[in-house]
Parts: sequence; C-alpha cells; structure tokens
Amino acid sequence: MEKFTTIQSTVVPLPIEDVDTDQIIPARFLKATTKSGFGKSLFCDWRYNEDGTPKADFVMNNPLYSGKILVAGRNFGCGSSREHAAWAIDDAGFKVVVSSFFADIFRGNALNNGILPVQVSDAFLKSIFDAVAANAKQELNVDLVNQVISITGTDLKESFVINEYKKTCLINGYDDIDYVLSIKDKIEQYEKTSKYLDLLKA
Amino acid sequence: MGTTLFEKVWNAHVVTEVKDGPSILYIDKQLIHEVTSPQAFAGIEKRGIGVFRPERTLATPDHNVPTKGQNLPIVEDLSRFQVDKLTDNCNKFGVTLYGLGHASQGVVHVVGPETGTTLPGMTIVCGDSHTSTHGAFGSIAFGIGTSEVEQVLATQCLMQTKAKTLKIEINGKLAKGVTAKDVILYVIAQISAAGGTGYFVEYCGSAITALSMEARMTICNMSIEMGARGGMIAPDETTFNYIKGREFAPKGAKWDEAVAYWKTLYTDADAVFDKTLKYDAADIGPMITYGTNPGMGISVNKNIPTIDSIEESNKVTFNKALDYMGFHAGDSLIGKQVNWVFLGSCTNGRIEDLRQFAEFVKGKQKAANINALIVPGSKQVEKQAIAEGIDKVLAEAGFELREPGCSACLAMNEDKVPKGEYCVSTSNRNFEGRQGPGARTLLVSPLTAAAIAVSGKIVDVREMLN
Repeated sequence: MEKFTTIQSTVVPLPIEDVDTDQIIPARFLKATTKSGFGKSLFCDWRYNEDGTPKADFVMNNPLYSGKILVAGRNFGCGSSREHAAWAIDDAGFKVVVSSFFADIFRGNALNNGILPVQVSDAFLKSIFDAVAANAKQELNVDLVNQVISITGTDLKESFVINEYKKTCLINGYDDIDYVLSIKDKIEQYEKTSKYLDLLKA
Repeated sequence: MGTTLFEKVWNAHVVTEVKDGPSILYIDKQLIHEVTSPQAFAGIEKRGIGVFRPERTLATPDHNVPTKGQNLPIVEDLSRFQVDKLTDNCNKFGVTLYGLGHASQGVVHVVGPETGTTLPGMTIVCGDSHTSTHGAFGSIAFGIGTSEVEQVLATQCLMQTKAKTLKIEINGKLAKGVTAKDVILYVIAQISAAGGTGYFVEYCGSAITALSMEARMTICNMSIEMGARGGMIAPDETTFNYIKGREFAPKGAKWDEAVAYWKTLYTDADAVFDKTLKYDAADIGPMITYGTNPGMGISVNKNIPTIDSIEESNKVTFNKALDYMGFHAGDSLIGKQVNWVFLGSCTNGRIEDLRQFAEFVKGKQKAANINALIVPGSKQVEKQAIAEGIDKVLAEAGFELREPGCSACLAMNEDKVPKGEYCVSTSNRNFEGRQGPGARTLLVSPLTAAAIAVSGKIVDVREMLN
C-alpha cells in the first residue's frame, strides 16, 4: 500500500448527505474480478446521461473542480459493503474523503486501500463548502502525522481522530493481513484452547 | 457489572489485541459469494498462500444468478464469468460450494440458517452488509469488505475495533397486518439511516421474543440500514427448536452440550449498554418508504413529511429524494399506481414470507397492471414452497414462482425494474437505481406487497384483512 503523510490539494465538493455505495458505484459494475478500472464508473448515474454523455450539473463534470480530496455531506458511504466503492474513489484519483460522518464499513474499506477518511464537525464541513463555493481553487491541507485538516490561507483548521494502529499502517504503507499472518502461532493456540470450537466439531 | 450478549460472544473470540489498536477476532464461519470474493482469492494467490481453514468457509453464487433457466448456462457473459470464477476458486482452494443446481444453493443469508451452518454464539462474516441477518441466532455477524474477506481466507481472523452497544427494546403486541418488516422499517424511520452507526444492536422485549426465527432474521437483516454493524437477539427455545435437526446442527450428546452453552448467551440483568431505545409495538403500522434511503419511511396511512420538519442540513437530500421518486412533501401515498412488485431477498425471501404472500393472494387475482417477481431465497425454500402447493396458489392468482437468487433486490441479473417505474419491494434498500437505473423503490412487508399486488395501487393492508 502507498505511504500517506500529508496532502494539499483542491477539492471536489459534493454537499449531499447519506451518499450510499450504490451511488458511488452501482451494482451493475460489480461484475469485474479485478480491483482496477472502477474510476470511470464512480457516481455513474449522477455523472452521466443514459447515452454516456456527461451531465453538466454534476460537480465532477464541472471543469472548475478537481483535486485529490472529495468533500461530502454526512453519512458518506452508507449501504452495501462493496469495497468497489473505495476502489472507484481511489481509481478516480482521490486520496482523502472528508465528511462529518462516515458509515462504518466504508471507513474500513477506505483505510484498507490507503484512502484517508477525515471526519470533521458539521460546522467545519460547512466552512469547507463555503470556502470552496467562494473560491473553486481553494485548497485543503490534510496532515495525517499531526492529525490536522486546514483550509489553506485561512486560520480555519480542525484536528481529526484516527486509530493509532491505522495511522501507523497508513504512514508506513503496512497492511493488516501481513500483521495477522505474523501472529499465526497465537491463532493456532486459540484454536487448540477454544471450548466453543471444540463443541462445534462434529 | 454484568456483560451484554455481544460482549460475551466477542470476548470468547478474541485471539489477541493490538496495543492501542483493534482486536484480532477468530471467525467461526465465513460465507462467500461470487461478487466480493474474486479479488480476495487473487490476493491470497499473490501472497503465495492458501486458504488457512477452508472448512470454515462456505460458498454459494447468488447476486448474479438468473431466476429462470438455472439449468442452462448463464447468458450474460460477465455474470457467467464471475460465477465460474467462484467455482474455480472453490475447487482450487478446497472450499465447499453450493453451486447453481445444488439442492442447497441460494441467497447466502438464507442458506446459512436453513442448513444449520449458522449457530448461536458464533462469529460469522461475509462480504455482504446483510450478514447481520445471522445475528438473529445470537451470533456476532457482520458484513466486511473484500480486503477483509482476504484476511479471513488467509488467517481465519479479522482485525476489528469493538463496536459500542445499543439496546433496542420493543414491548407489546403487534397489530393485525403489522409484521417484522414493519417493525424494523419503523425503528429505522425513528433513528434514521445513520442512527445506529458505530453500534452493535441487541433487539429485545416482548414483541421481539414473540417472533419466529424467520421474522427475527428480517429484523436483524436490516440492522445495517440504520448504519449498525450488526444486530443480535438472544437465543431461546424458539432458536433451539429452529436449529434442531438441521444438516450441520450438533447432534446427540453434542446437541445437549451446545444448548447448555447457548443458554448462557444472554445479557446479564446488570449489564450496561452504551445507548438504549424503547418502542411500543402498538405504535407501529404497516410501513412504506417514500424516499431513497430506508430511514425515509412512514406508516402507509400517514403523509410524507413536510419540508419544515426536515433538518436544515438534510433538506437538499430530502428534496433530491422526492424529486427522484416523483413525490411531493406532505402527500399521501394511498391510491398511487404501482406497476411492479418484488417478493424475495435475504430480508424477505424465506418460506414464511412466501406463505404470507400466498395466503393473502389466494382466491384473488393479480392486478392487470402489476408485473411481479416472486423469488424464493434458496433451493430449499423453493422446494418447500412447491411441497406446500404455494406455486399453484400463486399461479391461480396470476403469479409465477421463479428460481432462487438476489434478483431485483440489486438488479445484477436480468430482473430489473424499468426507469421511472414504481416497485413495491420486500427487499432492504430503496437507494436510487438499486433495482435498475431510474427505478423507484418503495420498501414494504410481504403482506403489504401482496395487498398492493392484487390492488395495482398503494393500499393499507389492514383495510383488506377481515
């Protein structure tokens, strides 16, 4: 996994609440058997007309907005557990998603793919949307090491929370599976001593 | 201080803990399907390792499968390729597969319980958010992403941060025409599609314990629709009676030993939850959703909320939802024409759901404007329905029993609702485009679906019951 420390970038604002993973990547695109190529279908039904032409009113089709940071309304990523949502966001070039609230499974999927979900207060989220509405080229700075997100060129900043373990993983590009594989002796020990596992044996 | 049911099962599965980090949880059973597993198998292959405990994973194709002509090759290329990939992976890594045509194939969350694979006190995961269904047996069951599926294939463990606990207590008796589906849609409408995020739910109270196992599964199934990781119900005699004799249920002396253990799986009287919510069953009516997330639900005889009752930050989403649905704030849904009905899914595709639908439509006729998709949750459900003559009752009323699969719940196969059409659906999600691009979904119970299927328009099922 790619290492992550600090990102400064312009943003793509999506001021909609309860963005579900069916909108992020509709089910009909889940037939692939690899992790690549989902970016072009990100937000497909909001982004394109039926004939495949871009919908002018969707933010990703507005040339004013681009960047590595997606900023969305509260409860982002609710619904299905499809990791394809994280793969699509990554493939479309986003490294950070900012919202005032994330659905649990999406948060985990994002972290497992090197995407940082930054949860901010409703008030700070509004400040970001206001700043970007005033200036489409407004940048945000996301500093994972110090756990601070700031609106560059202003005094506006807020600290954010991340699990220490996950922070270490992102900064170093570590992966959960390597860690769990490294403690296989403990897993085998558990299997030997668990009374319930013994009970379940036919 | 005592412990909750969730904590008892959790504590029994902690292998070790990362310092200042998550727990490493042992997973008793992983269920997999064709959509979220191929990249996980590719991952372990890339690492040059195999499946650590193949006997602890069970596979069945469900999301992509056609619900007609399952004896024939799948027509759609990408779907066929994905289903074939699951077969190849299972063969290569020694995982048991209930493939198309197998007597136990079906929607993964219907298959687990009916085969006795799902048992109280287990930890169960699947790359599907509706894995919460299995919590009805008092197991910790939740949906995971594909990287986590890979982790479980590789290690039989999952790194997890412990969720907070939420008690949802519902007491009293459900009114006539009100079912488990209405209960869970009511709860989600009360606390919103995000209200349970960060929590693991335990459902309790007299209205819950009175429910059958299948009804309890419907409740736990939709825990994710309020954002919760999962939902559980303490196992009791109803649970044990359901499990006893099923294929993988413990037998003989092992059964007695298991039941003795399962009887310890309840929340201690002095245990403390992080949050508690209480509801009265008498307040619940037949529910229907009007918007584009499962929290946007009302009792069918009530009106869509007015804009001034919606929180400021949610107004954009509310208006966007009504615009998509073609409804207006403050309107009643009664009398609106609906042309599609879907009965099925991991929420309501079990035998009791088919029985309820069939019993209602018996002697009546499908409304002429209605296109219906009646889809059993599994081969076993299909077989049982045919044994009970449900297929004939349905046929006489103008309906057709199809073959098992996820079907129009997420429209990955051919079962799609056309753009702009309304569909009353017994499934779990009314997201934009969920049942096909531009399709408009209204979530309901099987009983309400039956009433609408014979009426051709939205009705209050209570007015049709004698």
